[in-house]
Amino acid sequence: MSRTDNIAFVRTEMLPESPPPAAETGAIKWLRENLFSSIPNAILTLISLYIIFQLLQGFLPWLLGGVWTTSSLRECREVLDGAAGGCFSVLTERWNQLLFGFKYPQDQYWRITLAFVLLLVAIVPVLFIDMPRKMLYFTGLFPFLGFWLIWGGTIMTPIVILIGFIAGFIAFKRLEHNSFAMGALGGIVTAVVIIWLGGFASEAMSGFLALEQVPSRDLGGFMLNLILGVVCVSLSLPIGIALALGRQSDMLIIKWICVVFIEFIRGVPLITLLFVANVVLAYFLPPGTNFDLILRVIIMITMFSSAYIAEVIRGGLAALPKGQYEAADSLGLDYAQSMQLIILPQALKISIPGIVNVAVGLFKDTTLVSVISMFDLVGMIRGPILASTEWNGVYWELWGFAVLLFFIVCFSISKYSQWLEQQLRTDHR
Amino acid sequence: MATVSDVPSESFRLSMLINDKRYRAYTFQFIALLLLIGAFSYLGYNLVKNLQAAGLNISYKFLGDPAGYDINQRLIEYNNQSSHWRASLVGALNTLLVAFLGCITATVIGVVVGVLRLSNNWIVSKLMSVYVEIFRNVPVLIWILIIMAVFTSALPQPKEFRGSNATASMVADSFAFTGRGFYSPKPLFNDGSMIVVAVFILSIVGMFMYRRYAKKALYDRGQMLPTFWPSLAILFVPAILFFFIMGQPISLEYPELKGFNFKGGIYMRASLISLWFALSIYTAAFIAENVRAGILSVSGGQTEAAASLGLRPNRIMNLVVLPQALRVIIPPLISHFLNLTKNSSLAIAVGYMDLTGTLGGITLNQTGRAIETILLLMAFYLTISLSISAIMNVYNNSIKMKER
Repeated sequence: MSRTDNIAFVRTEMLPESPPPAAETGAIKWLRENLFSSIPNAILTLISLYIIFQLLQGFLPWLLGGVWTTSSLRECREVLDGAAGGCFSVLTERWNQLLFGFKYPQDQYWRITLAFVLLLVAIVPVLFIDMPRKMLYFTGLFPFLGFWLIWGGTIMTPIVILIGFIAGFIAFKRLEHNSFAMGALGGIVTAVVIIWLGGFASEAMSGFLALEQVPSRDLGGFMLNLILGVVCVSLSLPIGIALALGRQSDMLIIKWICVVFIEFIRGVPLITLLFVANVVLAYFLPPGTNFDLILRVIIMITMFSSAYIAEVIRGGLAALPKGQYEAADSLGLDYAQSMQLIILPQALKISIPGIVNVAVGLFKDTTLVSVISMFDLVGMIRGPILASTEWNGVYWELWGFAVLLFFIVCFSISKYSQWLEQQLRTDHR
Repeated sequence: MATVSDVPSESFRLSMLINDKRYRAYTFQFIALLLLIGAFSYLGYNLVKNLQAAGLNISYKFLGDPAGYDINQRLIEYNNQSSHWRASLVGALNTLLVAFLGCITATVIGVVVGVLRLSNNWIVSKLMSVYVEIFRNVPVLIWILIIMAVFTSALPQPKEFRGSNATASMVADSFAFTGRGFYSPKPLFNDGSMIVVAVFILSIVGMFMYRRYAKKALYDRGQMLPTFWPSLAILFVPAILFFFIMGQPISLEYPELKGFNFKGGIYMRASLISLWFALSIYTAAFIAENVRAGILSVSGGQTEAAASLGLRPNRIMNLVVLPQALRVIIPPLISHFLNLTKNSSLAIAVGYMDLTGTLGGITLNQTGRAIETILLLMAFYLTISLSISAIMNVYNNSIKMKER
């Protein structure tokens, strides 16, 4: 037999599997690889730990030792008695002012809250494609319902406008088979006529289901930011698409109108446009008309964001291969059909991240209205709250609250857009 | 015999303006033009009417009138008897100042954060992504106001520097950080200092010439010359030599505490500092993402290929990764710079006298010339944006990937 059998130092059976060395498993391995892989890395880790420690050391006692139930800064300081802690009572005491502004009638706050909840319901089917499609009808109704809830007045006004839109849409569908332009023209004319006629009806029935009317200068707080953000983004999407298509167009005059508009708007800061809304726009309106400020601001912000959205969509249009355009043409589709059925669905899909970026940026920019003395969240904090005798000097708590609110909204929007990008990725990668 | 019939030469009929695709474009453009002219004449008509009703006219004469207000932070001579035009000029320079400073610091912070976010150190990359997310998702106006509040409340007031038991002290006896602003030494240029400055400028030129020579040597003869230490030497040695030869013509004026405030030196107001700082860290969060995307866009194969050619890591970075990453990084970087410049108009919220604060703020309120001032204001920002985009387009074309 083989000679190895009887040699003492040759092992005859396999060793049992031994566990990997302690430094190569579990937490220690992770620590070594991710935190202490080299000396500079270890130093960086220690510095970061020190920074985090310092931040928490300052932040945690302030947060946990906070006072929530006093009615002025002096009282709060007495309660704290030198201990570390924030005077969060400014948030509880001025909660309504921060959210709704300081002029909206107190007993009508439920309307805003209801409108906000309904907004969430209305927006769900737009955001999530799995939700029942029937819910989109409610989304279509919401702008009218929301307008009625927030501004009040008789429900007839939004109903008449809604009927006008529906009639316009029906007329558009009837005429669309002739040509898209004809349909659009017919639809617009029908809608305008019906709304004009309905104006008499709503005037006659001004008491019907009327909520207390709230002038728009009484809107304020975070609500104002949300209203401006939602209204302007939704209005600027169609305008942005039209501008982008116009900029791509072969018709020179239309192309140049769009180019000049987009480049002009993108070249100036939003604040100058808000100045225009505040002091200049009135000069260009017929003498005697009195647009309220919020409407003028909505017009200017919508123009601003539609220029940015147009550039994003133009990027999407340019990214489509030329073959798609040619394929649509070769199927015999006309311009409106090829855009609706072939080009825009793909181009918009590519531009979703960009559009969301613009939307987030626009929502952040709504705080700029505080510069033209409107009382949005920032305006409320800077004006009525920090200037009041009770709360003069409570910076950290108030600004921390503002940061938190904006962070929550903007961060969730951008996370949603990342999720949506994953959902829409159909190229089997 | 087959005869090829000609395409029937249609005569133009009026209905073709709507039905024929070739002519329809003209109809649309004509309608668009009519609408545009109509809208403009309507607006113009309203404007004329409104101006008449208010007894106003469009005139830029007010720019020559004395402004009558003071501007504390200024780069050029100005007093309250200077004209509104001069005030606007001071404001425009202030805008450019804060935009310039902001772009530099934002780039530095942004690049560092972007690189650290890619670090394989877990805690560092997490810390950096927290920074990026927090600053990107909160309005810059809030950051400006927060930082202004922190500056004015957390830093000592000038009076605390005074007396024998002062609670605050100057850094290295030359820099004072107070709640009202920062004070730093100011260089004084005496006789003969121009020679030193000229020598320094010549050394900068010399340094670039040396680098070109070194590159040429590398490409022509394969000879690798050291660049870092020689260029440092060319940059500083002649200037320092001349500084001593000329008898130290450049001296420093230190800020000193006089009465209730510091006097002398360079004074940067708290509003400038906080605006600068807020714009920098806000824009840096965007630039960091941008830098990260740029570096990630260079595929790993490029690095490996360079390494297999025998390049050392720093040369891989300089010669292979960076040139490709920069192509992705620079266009959005410039648009972030533009955004920073436009955001600097928020200076009005902290009382920094930039162009929006002087021309669009006090001048507008004093003269009531809303249309003229806002037109000028827009023209200024538009000029900056359009000229930078024009330069950008040229640059983009020059770095475009040369493909077959």
